[in-house]
Amino acid sequence: MDAIILQILNGLDKGSAYALIALGLTLIFGTLGVVNFAHGALFMIGAFCAVTVQRLLNLSFQTVDETQKDFLGNPLKVDTPYVEAWFGPEVGATIIDWSVPLAVVFAIPIMLAVGYAMERGLIKHFYKRPHADQILVTFGLAIVLQEIIKYFFGANPIQTPEPSALKGSLDIGLMLGFDPNAIIYPIWRLVYFAFAAVIIGGVFAFLQFTTFGMVVRAGMADRETVGLLGINIDKRFTIMFGIAAGVAGLAGVMYGPLNPPNYHMGMDFLVLSFVVVVVGGMGSLPGAVAAGFLLGVLESFASTTWATTTIPGINQIIIYLVAIIILLTRPRGLMGRKGVMEE
Amino acid sequence: MLGLDKKDTSLLIIVAILTLLAPFILNPFPTGSAMAQFNAGYPDLMQRFVIFGIFAIGFNILFGLTGYLSFGHAAFLGVGSYSAVWMFKLLSYNVIPAIALSVVVAALFSLLIGYVSLRRSGIYFSILTLAFAQMSFALAYSVLSNPKFNLTNGETGLQVYADDPQIFHRDSLPDMPHLFGLSMRSTYKLDIGAWSFDFNAGYYLCAVIMMVMFYLAIRIFRSPFGMMLRAVKSNQQRMNYTGLNPRPYTLAAFVISGMYAGLAGGLMAAMDPLAGAERMQWTASGEVVLMTILGGAGTLIGPVLGAGFIKYFENIFSKINDNILHQWFSFLPDGIEDFMVFIVHPFIGKGWHLTLGILFMLVVIFLPGGLVEGGQRLGKWIRNRGKGATDAKTKQEPAE
Amino acid sequence: MGILEVKNVGKRFGGLQALSDVNLSVAENTVHAIIGPNGAGKSTLLNCLVGKLIPDSGSVMFDGQSVLGRAPYEINQMGISRVFQTPEIFGDLTVLENMMIPCFAKRDGAFELNALPSVSSQKDVMDRAMHMLEEMRMADKRNMHAAAMSRGDKRRLEIGMCLSQEPRLLLLDEPTAGMARADTNNTIDLLKQIKQERDITIAIIEHDMHVVFSLAERITVLAQGTPLVEDTPENIKGHPKVREAYLGESA
Repeated sequence: MDAIILQILNGLDKGSAYALIALGLTLIFGTLGVVNFAHGALFMIGAFCAVTVQRLLNLSFQTVDETQKDFLGNPLKVDTPYVEAWFGPEVGATIIDWSVPLAVVFAIPIMLAVGYAMERGLIKHFYKRPHADQILVTFGLAIVLQEIIKYFFGANPIQTPEPSALKGSLDIGLMLGFDPNAIIYPIWRLVYFAFAAVIIGGVFAFLQFTTFGMVVRAGMADRETVGLLGINIDKRFTIMFGIAAGVAGLAGVMYGPLNPPNYHMGMDFLVLSFVVVVVGGMGSLPGAVAAGFLLGVLESFASTTWATTTIPGINQIIIYLVAIIILLTRPRGLMGRKGVMEE
Repeated sequence: MLGLDKKDTSLLIIVAILTLLAPFILNPFPTGSAMAQFNAGYPDLMQRFVIFGIFAIGFNILFGLTGYLSFGHAAFLGVGSYSAVWMFKLLSYNVIPAIALSVVVAALFSLLIGYVSLRRSGIYFSILTLAFAQMSFALAYSVLSNPKFNLTNGETGLQVYADDPQIFHRDSLPDMPHLFGLSMRSTYKLDIGAWSFDFNAGYYLCAVIMMVMFYLAIRIFRSPFGMMLRAVKSNQQRMNYTGLNPRPYTLAAFVISGMYAGLAGGLMAAMDPLAGAERMQWTASGEVVLMTILGGAGTLIGPVLGAGFIKYFENIFSKINDNILHQWFSFLPDGIEDFMVFIVHPFIGKGWHLTLGILFMLVVIFLPGGLVEGGQRLGKWIRNRGKGATDAKTKQEPAE
Repeated sequence: MGILEVKNVGKRFGGLQALSDVNLSVAENTVHAIIGPNGAGKSTLLNCLVGKLIPDSGSVMFDGQSVLGRAPYEINQMGISRVFQTPEIFGDLTVLENMMIPCFAKRDGAFELNALPSVSSQKDVMDRAMHMLEEMRMADKRNMHAAAMSRGDKRRLEIGMCLSQEPRLLLLDEPTAGMARADTNNTIDLLKQIKQERDITIAIIEHDMHVVFSLAERITVLAQGTPLVEDTPENIKGHPKVREAYLGESA
């Protein structure tokens, strides 16, 4: 029992990332009818927002401390981050320590702007082009974005640690009444899951309870009719693209401590997220979220020693296998609506 | 000739002349001159030109004719390479059985994947092929590489070891891929004045095969089958209501293009007896899509042009470094020289992928017909300009 | 016994009963029109005949064989050709190629891997297609891209493509919808000529009463998913139920 709970928990963080990316993909696909191969790149850009914030906060000036000598006997040069100089050493150090959560604030306007620029500058011109062209141009864009990041940040993963207060693990098993050390779970994974849940809840609430969301949902169901009602769908859809970019970006920001960001992380997640979208059902938001968590947890179960010794490498192909089986038995996915991309 | 009309025959002859004379054409600059870095006439690169040409020609039969965008064709290339290396390991270094098996295995593999993927169309198809390719990559990279059952040798890549059976190997035969004793690496060097030209056995094998495959592609394009594939792209609904079943047509196109990919993979292994999983990654599938689009999807010559273009510039761009840039811009004042180098720097050397991505976007946005369409537009523009000038003349005359 | 026998067909979409208890018999070598107000279920019925939809209940027999559960291409190979409301042709192909495709389908069946001979070497199909184009009076347009033609020409090409298969039953779905008067009259003349020159059964769904009364020998009136009456055009014209269904007049 405790082992099962542990594996479910282990699948939650990856599942959260899949769900968040797939949610954005579905939003873009459902509203704009565009297949966005650059969506993984947005996740990656989010992660590098965290890297940037961390670097900005660590910007330092150098002073010479005459009282201390280095091993050659020269006066020691000391780097002091500006934030420590401005806010005092302790507050400054705390700010630096909390750079990843702080990056969320920083990433929101950036991601909205990136999403807006992408939609107005490029995607907009592809609404009426064939899906193949949309795939190709966003694929090209994904390569460009990823190479730009590589140019500025290099090819190696960059550590973006979580705040030290949130380091370490919780003994969840103890709380649930199991033996000590039965279920040990890193705190940041819980934070990530909670964060994802809040964002997903926020997006759904936004779509459910605002007039804006209502129009968007109506547009997803039947774009032409809503257009005929004289509602400017395009403008709303631009905003939707910004929101989808924001969701992907925030998913990236917070993912840094779990897996140090590198330039190709977007592509790695993109392929799986597409599979998630297809399994969930093209155009279904709850489907995307449910399938994201489902496949994340499934992958976690396939990663257990028992599974990998029975079928070596099963953890690497389980998602694809499940996706293929589901598509063959339920071509519309778990919660797919009729008529979405049928032809 | 050969069952082709006049236009296609001349196209085939031009391609044949270009490929056969490639060692000359691609080495226009004397060895040792400053421009020698733009030469592309060395065996390794020429082999890549024609092998990727074959890959792209095959991909175009699927994508160019039916419009089905597969993101998983690298899987068939990889499967072809693995099959070829296994033939080397088990039988001998002779390339004929290796290439034959690579085509057969790729055909079976693409039949399986195509059968499943083609149950859906549009982007579902693209995503399904993508998923299959990634799965194949994972299979090759880890699942099929374990002590109990090692088919792919994982990260190291599959290669021939001294203790492999190689049952038909004789000591008189070269210890590397060969065609009945003629080593694929054997190269005849021709020096004329300051120039040096390489004639490589492996290149010529690939070139001849490419010409045959190009010829077959022309035949397919001009056949009733090719017409049906274009009908699939144009209007599947009408096809269905005209008593035609689109699925076996698309499946046949899928398998044919998979066989081309397998052949390309087999040839790759025949040139260099090594097969690695990275050949199957979806970025590799993306590359062949790129070649086809860049050259001109749906045209005969486009994919060959695209493959040549990308492989050539990949090679050149990767070689350029800041020193070379400084040489180029040395005629400019110092400050501007540094600035120019600074601007160009991100796009060269390791930045080739950035250039490629930008190029890709520009082609899809502005020139969906690729280089072939670009050439046609340019030709039309020049003709119109010529005509425009004469038109202006004739218009003026009556006024006088 | 008609060539097409529809018995007790019903079809439901969610809460909407689109067709209920539809019976229809189309006699061989007649022109049978199906008319009815919007939402009467005409298109649904047509889709049930060609394999696009499968009815929930009832049977559809063509020439003594059931069409239910067969794919559209199989039904077409049985001898039913369909003309769409907006012309469905191969826009990217030339007019001649458009005409050759059904000729290939007639000659080779649903699939034939004919990948090496050139199209121009297939003389029989070529001749047949050219002959049909001449009959449709569009041989001069043979090298045009089909998408570049006028709507009237597209319609003419589509009908020609269907006829080149020598179908026994030709289904027309509002063939003159959105057409100018002159084009409509041309289409009527074309259909009359087709009927005169060959043994063919035509079933036509139409809004335009001018078209219906120029062509039809029998008329079925459909309302709210079920047939109201079936009779000759003369009798239909004055039928009170039809006036009610169309004009909302009480009888």
